[in-house]
Amino acid sequence: MSTTTTPSGADIELIDVVKRYPGQKNPAVDSLSLHIPAGEIVMFVGPSGCGKTTSLKMINRLIEPTSGTIKIDGEDVRGKDVDNLRRNVGYVIQGGSLFPHMSVAQNIGLVPGLLKWGKSRTSDRVDELLELVGLDPARYRDRYPRELSGGQQQRVGVARGLAADPPVILMDEPFGAVDPITRQRLQDELLSIQDELHKTIVCVTHDIDEAVKLGDRILILEEGAQVAQYDTPEAVLVTPANPFVEDFVGAGSTLKQLSLSRVSDVELAETTTARSGESVPEVLDRARARNDTSVVVLDSRNRPCEWLWLRELQGHGTVPEFNAEEFVTLDRRATLNDALDTMLSSSHGAAVVTGRRDEYVGVVNFNAVTDFIQATEEQHAATAAADAANGESA
Amino acid sequence: MWDFIVERREDIAYNAFQHVNLVVQAVLLAFVVAVLLAILVTRVPALQSLANSVSAMGLTIPSLALLGLLLPLFGIGPSTAFPAVAFYATLPILRNAVVGLQGVDATLLESARGMGMSPVRSMMRVQLPLAWPVILAGVRVSTQMSMGIAAIAAIVLGPGLGGYIYTGLSQIGGANALNQALLGTIGVVILALALDALLLLLGRLTTSKGIRV
Repeated sequence: MSTTTTPSGADIELIDVVKRYPGQKNPAVDSLSLHIPAGEIVMFVGPSGCGKTTSLKMINRLIEPTSGTIKIDGEDVRGKDVDNLRRNVGYVIQGGSLFPHMSVAQNIGLVPGLLKWGKSRTSDRVDELLELVGLDPARYRDRYPRELSGGQQQRVGVARGLAADPPVILMDEPFGAVDPITRQRLQDELLSIQDELHKTIVCVTHDIDEAVKLGDRILILEEGAQVAQYDTPEAVLVTPANPFVEDFVGAGSTLKQLSLSRVSDVELAETTTARSGESVPEVLDRARARNDTSVVVLDSRNRPCEWLWLRELQGHGTVPEFNAEEFVTLDRRATLNDALDTMLSSSHGAAVVTGRRDEYVGVVNFNAVTDFIQATEEQHAATAAADAANGESA
Repeated sequence: MWDFIVERREDIAYNAFQHVNLVVQAVLLAFVVAVLLAILVTRVPALQSLANSVSAMGLTIPSLALLGLLLPLFGIGPSTAFPAVAFYATLPILRNAVVGLQGVDATLLESARGMGMSPVRSMMRVQLPLAWPVILAGVRVSTQMSMGIAAIAAIVLGPGLGGYIYTGLSQIGGANALNQALLGTIGVVILALALDALLLLLGRLTTSKGIRV
C-alpha cells in the first residue's frame, strides 16, 4: 500500500506466545513471536490444525494464552478490561455471523451502542458504512439478515467489524462461505476499503491465493504455529523459505504470480458510456463516432450496471434502468488472475473496471493483459541477463 | 342448557375469571422459574440431564396424586391448587427453554463475545431473543395443560370451573348433572382456546421479524 496517508491502524506484537490445552501433549501454539506493522494486512495461512485461528483469537482474548505477551499499540492486552478490549478490535467471521433477529442497522450499530454512542451518531455511521461496503442504505438498513444474499451478509459483517472505527480488525476465514465470483468481489472491496482506511488487519485463511492477493505480508505456519515463513507475497512465491512453504504454495506458482499484478497496473481502454434515461439515438451517435460496438451503462452513483451491444439498444427510446448490484465488474485492485477469469466468462471478452465505491474507471481486455505479461517477462529476462552478465564479470 | 347458563351467568363469569386467574398467575410464576433454571442449566452443562429427566418424570406424576400430597402441607382451597398448577406449568417451559437456549448457534455467541458483550448482555440481547419462539411454544403448551389441571384442582376446592364438573359427576342422574359437567368442560375448552389466541398474538408482537416463521 504505497499511499502517503498515515495509517489509522495500530501495530501488534506477539512475544513468546504459548497456548497449551489441558490433556494435549503438544501445545497448539508453541512460542510464537511476531510483529504486525500498523496499517498492513497480514494473512495467517497454514494447514488445518496449525494453530492459525488460535493465534488470531488470542489477540482479542477469545482464547487466553497460557504464557507470553500480546501488545496492541504497545499496551498489553491482558492489562485491559476484556470487553472493552474487544469493543476496540473489529471481529469478522465466516458468513458474517449476523444476528438473525436484528436488522442490518441494529447489527452494525451494536458495538457503537455498547460504546454508548448517541442514536444519531450511530445511525449516521451505519449509513456511512453501508455506503462503504457498497450497499444502498435506504434499501438495506431495515432488512433482516435472512433477506440478504450470502455476499451481502458478508458485506454487512465487514461493516459491523468496522463500526466503531477500531484500529485493529481480526478476520477469521471471512470469505469462506461465498461463491468464487462473490468472494473475488468481496476481496476487491476489502482492498478498496483498506485503501481508504489503513487499518491493521489480521486475517486467517486456508487459501494461499487469497493470502497472496490480500496480504501485505503472509505468515505461513506449520503445526504448533511454528513460523515457516513471514514475508511479502512476492518473496513467498519467488523464494520459498523451505520445502514446506514450497509444498504449501504448490504448483503453478508462476501462474500465481498473476495474482501479484493488479488490474490497475494494466492500461485500461476507454469505451462509450451512457446513463439510464438518456436518449438512445444520441448514445448511438456517440458510440459510432468512437467506433465502439458497445456501451457501458452507468447509474446515478456512477456505478456501471450493464454492458450492452449497440444492437441491444436499438428499439429502445431511452436507455433502460439496470441494477448495479447484479452486474459483474472488476475492481481496479483485482489481480490479473481474477481479470482473466472474469473476461473469459463475459460475452465481450473484456471486463468493466471499477474504482473507489464501485465507480466506473474503464475497461480491461485480453490484449492489455497479454501485453502487460509480455512486458514484465521481458523485464524479468533483462534483469536475469544482467544478473548473469554481472556473475560472469565477477 | 341455555336457561341453565343464563340463570347462573354471574356465578359462571366469576368462576371463569377465577379459573383464568389461577392459570395465568401459575404460568407467570412457572415462566420466571423455568427460564431462570434453564439459564442455570445452559451455564452448568452437568445439570442438563438432570433437568431433562425432572421435566420428563414430573409430567408422569398423576395430578390427582400430587394434589393429595400437597393437601396436608397447604390445606384446602387455592393454597394447594396454585402450587400444583404452577409445578406442572413449569415443566414444558423448562424443557423448551433448555432446548431453545442450547439451540442458539455457538458461532453467534462467540461473535457476541468477540464484539465485547458481557455474558449477561449476550444472554439478554442474543441468546434469549433467539430462543424466544421456542420458549413461547413451551408457554403455550404449559397454559393449555394448566387449564385442565386447574379443573382437576377443584377436588381440593380450588377456584374455577372445575367445581361444575365435580358437582355434575357427583349428582349423576340428577336434574342438572349433565348440564353441570358439560358447562365445566366446555367452559375450560373455550377459555383455553381464548388464552392460546392471546399467546399467539403476544408471540407475533414480541418475536423479531427476522426470525418469525
